[in-house]
Amino acid sequence: MTVRVQQAAFDIGDEIDGMRAGDARVGAIATFIGTVRDVNDAASVSALVLEHYPGMTESALGEIVADAKSRWNILDALVVHRVGKLEPTEAIVLVAVTSAHRQDAFAACEFIMDFLKTRAPFWKKETTPAGERWVDARQSDDDAAARWSPDTR
Amino acid sequence: MLDTRTETLHVVYLARLREAFASSGEAFAFAGDGTTVAEVIETLRGRGGAWATELAPGRAVRIAVNQVMASPSTRVHAGDEVALFPPVTGG
Repeated sequence: MTVRVQQAAFDIGDEIDGMRAGDARVGAIATFIGTVRDVNDAASVSALVLEHYPGMTESALGEIVADAKSRWNILDALVVHRVGKLEPTEAIVLVAVTSAHRQDAFAACEFIMDFLKTRAPFWKKETTPAGERWVDARQSDDDAAARWSPDTR
Repeated sequence: MLDTRTETLHVVYLARLREAFASSGEAFAFAGDGTTVAEVIETLRGRGGAWATELAPGRAVRIAVNQVMASPSTRVHAGDEVALFPPVTGG
């Protein structure tokens, strides 16, 4: 189980190779990659700046991953989240989960993203033609996280 | 005087609040054990200006004490790190 917060871009091939290297128990790898769009709330976006709360962000991500491991039969999970200035098409976040069978990897990957969106202290600021603006939290993200009741499997 | 003893905690402001207050954090003197986060916020709100606006009742402000999510009723102690920030928007 690994969580990293970094400015640098990541290589998804290298990250997945690192997770599954030599582990013949792995039968499934589910990944999610979040990327920067060039439009949000009806305005064009030319750049995004991601801020975090050093220390708490890493521990919050660690708790989310540990929670996923307690709910599903997964072998490993990786979260890499970038901070700093990003431009449209760049990758923001990678979640990768390995398991013996696909159902556990799919579910755990989705769970980790839903809780990352609502519990991990990151904030986005967009650059639009009208200037910079902080992105507002979405109710739909709270709703997505609320689907996972404590005993959902 | 025994009754005016004050303790200090560290308040951290993040994201929109850091910009609005033009501060990433400060030492904050408070009355000591038994004080809640809600009382800390009430004192900050009393400064007026951006403090009153951003911390107005009904504004969504999230709280962490010692880097763990907390609530307005959480009690604070000397040396605690109390962070105030908007709802998170990562991912």
